Amino acid sequence: MNGCHDVGGMHGFGPIKREDNEPYFHEKWEERVFGLFFGCFAGGHYNLDEFRHSIEHMGPAYFQTSYYEHWLHAMQDLLVRNGTLTHAQIEQRMREFAAQGSA
Amino acid sequence: MPHDGHDHDDDHDHDHHNRPPSDTALRVKAIESLLTEKGLIVPEALDLIVQTYESKVGPRNGAKVVAKAWTDPAYRKRLLENSTAAIAELGYSGVQGEDMVVVENTPKVHNMVVCTLCSCYPWPTLGLPPVWYKSAPYRSRAVIDPRGVLEEFGVEVSASTEVRVWDSNAELRYMVLPMRPAGTEHLNEEQLAELVTRDSMIGVGQPRVPIGSAP
Repeated sequence: MNGCHDVGGMHGFGPIKREDNEPYFHEKWEERVFGLFFGCFAGGHYNLDEFRHSIEHMGPAYFQTSYYEHWLHAMQDLLVRNGTLTHAQIEQRMREFAAQGSA
Repeated sequence: MPHDGHDHDDDHDHDHHNRPPSDTALRVKAIESLLTEKGLIVPEALDLIVQTYESKVGPRNGAKVVAKAWTDPAYRKRLLENSTAAIAELGYSGVQGEDMVVVENTPKVHNMVVCTLCSCYPWPTLGLPPVWYKSAPYRSRAVIDPRGVLEEFGVEVSASTEVRVWDSNAELRYMVLPMRPAGTEHLNEEQLAELVTRDSMIGVGQPRVPIGSAP
């Protein structure tokens, strides 16, 4: 079955953008997502196939978001689906941090 | 659980193309904070994971494998016959490198590696992949126009050289054994490793030419 991730052979994505001396992470939050991915995986909150499956079902949003945003999507999707967190909890905590002016 | 149930949430999360970047940072921070509060993760453990992949794992590992293969014919043979075991001899194994296949460049064959579906890449030997490797432009074109991609990367491959493209996947990851540059007979294994670039092990670059040697 084709999905948004199955881009092999597709046209129209433009030039390959490379960066000299590229860092492994471009934003602090990317580091945290990377670490969280392992933490939640080690804790048994999802397996790798579920994680990929979640990303592969992002649809058009897949192309509008960055690599570690894909990871964030899958992590949140699976943590909410398995009952570990709720969207309301996450949104509430985000509002609290925003009010404190920290991110 | 059927996917219909959560697609609405996806829309909620990703429909806003122009949302400020801090929204993502806030979301990550919120999730980390909630999981920490529940005792499900330990932030210091996350720090350690990040530090490990930033400083201890990287293409220098793969470069040592290549340099050993260039200087030790018996090792080269083992590397091509059972890549995972031969790489593990040097101490490189584990997550995202469980099953490795090393493909050898020759005057007649040039190999390059892609993961069309996402970002599969041999972490123990090459570290985390660069953004371009994970991007749609490389993934889409590597398999339909490999010579065009190689040209874009500045790699000269003659028309008579066969180009083979290997699509890494979740179970199996490829790494290229580039050709040893001419004029390096006097270099030892350690010096040779310095010539091996990350891109040469993906197959979109060539090893460096040693300083002082004829172009």
